[in-house]
Formats: sequence, C-alpha cells, structure tokens
Amino acid sequence: MSEKTFRGRAHLFGDNIDTDAIIPARYMVTSEPAELAKHVMEDADPDFAKNVRKGDVIVAKKNFGCGSSREHAPVAIKAAGVSCVIAKSFARIFYRNAFNMGLPIFESSDAPDKIKPGDELTVDMNTGVITNLTKNEKYVAAPIPEFMQKLIADGGLMASIKKKIS
Amino acid sequence: MNMTITEKILADHAGLESVKPGQLVNCKVDLALANDITAPISIKEFRRVGAKKVFDAERVVFVADHFAPNKDIESATQVKMVRDFANEFGVTHFYDGGRMGIEHTLLPEQGLVGPGDLVIGADSHTCTYGALGAFASGVGSTDLAAAMITGEAWYKVPETMLFNLTGKPKKWVGGKDVILYIIGKIGVDGALYKSMEYVGDMVKHLTQDDRFTICNMAIEAGAKNGIFAADDVTKEYVKGRFQRTPKYYSSDPDARYAEKFDIKADDIELQVAFPHLPSNTRPISRVGDVRVDQVVIGSCTNGRYSDLKTAAEIIKGKKVAKGVRLIVIPATPLICKQAANEGLFEIFLDAEAVVSTPTCGPCLGGHMGILAEGERALTTTNRNFRGRMGHPKSEVYLAGPAVAAATAIAGRICSPEDVL
Ligand code: SF4
Repeated sequence: MSEKTFRGRAHLFGDNIDTDAIIPARYMVTSEPAELAKHVMEDADPDFAKNVRKGDVIVAKKNFGCGSSREHAPVAIKAAGVSCVIAKSFARIFYRNAFNMGLPIFESSDAPDKIKPGDELTVDMNTGVITNLTKNEKYVAAPIPEFMQKLIADGGLMASIKKKIS
Repeated sequence: MNMTITEKILADHAGLESVKPGQLVNCKVDLALANDITAPISIKEFRRVGAKKVFDAERVVFVADHFAPNKDIESATQVKMVRDFANEFGVTHFYDGGRMGIEHTLLPEQGLVGPGDLVIGADSHTCTYGALGAFASGVGSTDLAAAMITGEAWYKVPETMLFNLTGKPKKWVGGKDVILYIIGKIGVDGALYKSMEYVGDMVKHLTQDDRFTICNMAIEAGAKNGIFAADDVTKEYVKGRFQRTPKYYSSDPDARYAEKFDIKADDIELQVAFPHLPSNTRPISRVGDVRVDQVVIGSCTNGRYSDLKTAAEIIKGKKVAKGVRLIVIPATPLICKQAANEGLFEIFLDAEAVVSTPTCGPCLGGHMGILAEGERALTTTNRNFRGRMGHPKSEVYLAGPAVAAATAIAGRICSPEDVL
C-alpha cells in the first residue's frame, strides 16, 4: 500500500461536531499534541481516545469542525493517530486549519451515510476513492492535489515552508 | 469556457487554464496585508520557521489602524514589533502615525490594490477590494505568514452566487442599504464559503464607494469574497492611482452559478440592522421610536469622503441632539484633508460633533467612543454583535451615513426626510 493510501477502521459521528466536542476548551491549557490527543472527541464519544488505533478514520456528517477557530482541533485528531477525516462538509475555518496543520480531510456526499462503525476503509489521496473493505463498496471524494499532498506529508503549512527555506 | 470572474482570477494566479468550484489551487498573491492585531502573530510564525526574507518587500503591507494612535502600552508594543520587522526586512508599505488610514480604505486609495489582483489579508474585511474587480479574501495569521514568505496561498475555489441588481436606487439609498437589504434576505450564513458576484443595470448607478461598501460586508453574509467586474467607473477610479498594470476580468456568459437572486432598487428603502446581527434588518419606515446615545460615522465600510459629504449635507446648519454624541472618523489622512478643505469639518464641529483622526477605534470597541452598559449607538460600521462597541449590555444598530446623520440630529433613528 502506498503512503498516499490510508487504511483503518471507521468511527462515526453526526452533524455539526464542533471544535468544543473535538477538543474541549478545558484542555486548552496545553498545546502539546500528545496531551491533546488524550482528550480528543471526548465530549462526542468519551471512549474514542481509548479505542482509536493508528490509521483509523473519523467519518462525520455535515459541518464538521464548526465553532471556534482553534487550530488545536485538527492537531488533536492527528496526534491521536487518525489518518484522515471524511465528512459531508466541513466548517470553513476547520477546513483551512486541517490542511495547514497537516490533517488530510475528504468531502463526500454519500460515504458518511453508507459507512457503519467499525467498517474497514482505505482512502486514496490521489483519486479520492474510498473503499469499504467490510461491505465491498466504493465511494468518491474530491482527490487531494499533489501540492496539498506535499504539504500534508511535510506536516502542515509552516512545516512545509520551513523545509523549503532551510 | 463557462467560468465566473472569481474562477478566472484564481485560475490565472494558479497558472491553470481553468478551475471549477471545490478544486484546491495554489495561487500567487499580488499583495499580502496585515494590521496591528494580526501582523504580530504572523511575524512570530515568520521568525519561528527561520525565514530570512519576505517574498517581495513592495508587496507586503502593514497598517497599524485598530488601536492607533497607540491607545495603551500593549498596543504601542504591538505596533513597535511590526515597525521593527518592517525596518529589518525593508517592507516599504508600513503605515502608522499621520500616514495611517483604515487599511481597507487606504489600500485602494493609495493604489496598492487594483483590478485583477489576488489579495490575501489577515483581516476579515479584506474582501472590500472585490469592488475593483479583484479577488480578495481574509485569512488567519498562519496563512498570512506563509504568504509573506512564499508569495503564495492555497484556496478552495468557491461556488458563486449571482446577484442581479436592477433599477436606480432611491434618493439617499446607498451601497450600505443595498448590502444590508441583501444580508437581511439571505442571512449571516447565506453565502457561506461562496463568492457574491454583482451584475445588472443598477451597477452603473453605484459609485465606486458604494461598491466598496457592498463588497466590504460580503463577510457579514459568510462569503469568501464579493466582486464587481471593473467598468468605466472603476477604470476612472484606478487611473493615475493604481501602481501596477490593471487586468480586467469578467464572467463568461455561460458561467455556472450556484444560485441567482434578483434585487430591485424599487424594493430597497433606507435600511437599519437591529442588534445583534447584521441580518436583523428593517426598512427605515418600520424602525419605530429608537432613541440613541451615540452615532458613529466612519470605518472601512462608510468612512470615505462621499460618506462624510452625505452626512454633512444633512447636518449642515443644525446641532447634534441634546444627550447624543456624534463621532465622525474620516478613514484616511487624504479624506481628512479633503474634508477639512471642503468645509466639512466646520459643519461637523459647528454641529458639536467629535471629529477624530483616522482609526478603527470604536468599530471594534477598541477606543475613541466605547459604550457604557445600557447605551445604544447607531453606526455606519459593519458589525453589531453583542458588545462589539463596548459593554456587553450595550446595543449597536447599523445604517448608512444618511440615516446616521439624521439620527444624530433627531436623537432617534430616522430618515433624512425627517430632519430636512
Ligand atoms: S474599521 Fe472596523 S471592520 Fe474595518 S478594519 Fe477596522 S475594525 Fe475591522
């Protein structure tokens, strides 16, 4: 499997998961990714941080990441080992923050309705094709262009620039 | 090719033949802007990654307008940090003191932005420059730091909503009334993510200043940008002013739009947005009896010379109502000078108004006109969120300069017809 393909189990969430549910404000006293990861998604699913395994995929419905503009939200998700987030739509600021922090995200109109919790998925960044290995189905999301893949591989926008200029 | 003006500007700056909504593109930026609040954060990021230079010292602009003239030690320290950075990296366009004006009025006036530009700014009202036929959108300080270093920024190509404006606006109705009317119709998230494009036979009746006001408030409908294709009015405005070569884009006749709206001048009365949302609008005839403590005429929305002139026309020879404070804030030094030369200051001062030096000041509840608990202001600014101009239990009403001037005279929100 190429490094441009993610593989993991699906964790399902609903509409309008806000940044407070992703990483509650009471943990904002730190910006240490590993610390944030311990509480990720806590207010939406208290067992998430315990159950998540490296490579797993968050699947949500509409408007994921709405609310405050905190960059800690994508950082916490990434640090927990989540490989990517699939949602019907993302809140505007979360969308920018996710890519800038190096967390790949995919918009798909149908995948979030068809995927069930625990389904084994692969997601291809080049083509945007999501394969559900459990149900033997395929869905499509917009692919991630090469320059954005590079930004993700470098670990986010500023990390990518740092690499470029040093 | 079926592309909108916004898609064309993004495609060109990304070096692509064409783009479509939803696509991620990497664009060259023509100008990167930050202010005294956002620049310090971008500068910290810039230094953290060890950048050695800005992408182009002529194309990075810093304007110290929010808490300026420095209102306290913190704001003075912030501005000093930006000034030191500008000196160290040879950034020519650093504005403070008597050179400073409110960024979104200053940049077009000084010819730093023009038709066809792609402008990135760490301020949400960067969208103002769409009035010149440019793509301009606000971002966070991290994006701005990246743009300062690389001269590039990534965008998700937005869908476009088309607003077909028809007819001739009624007397006293200006750009502010048009945009408040539209936001009242579509709501504060009515254009979320999207581009708001304006066409139609009303456009020729809208001055360049009206168009700045309309694009300024695109963000109040949640939009990524607002845009008018440049016409003769815009070409005349940028002539002898814009320092680079303008590039004129327009939408293809078969461009694809997410939604279309017909906006008729006959339906647009003078508008007032009630607390605490810009979409909470009412026509002046349905405002009722609303007394005010303060009126502010200024900001990047309505602090231009034409706004001051409209206000002066109504105020001339009268006095501000007893118990009301009128604060007039010209947006730039040039506007100040023109207003002084043309006798506007005399009219305002005779009316017993406060006339201020350019600043954002009260617009963001910074300084120069903060509201106490329970006070009520009518202002020509763009946001009336709870506590925006001071105490959380104060109220802000939004309107254009004509209603603002009349309100200052009458002491209650009213139309110019009621005081003339
Ligand atoms: S005048 Fe108000 S809205 Fe405009 S830039 Fe200043 S604070 Fe922001």
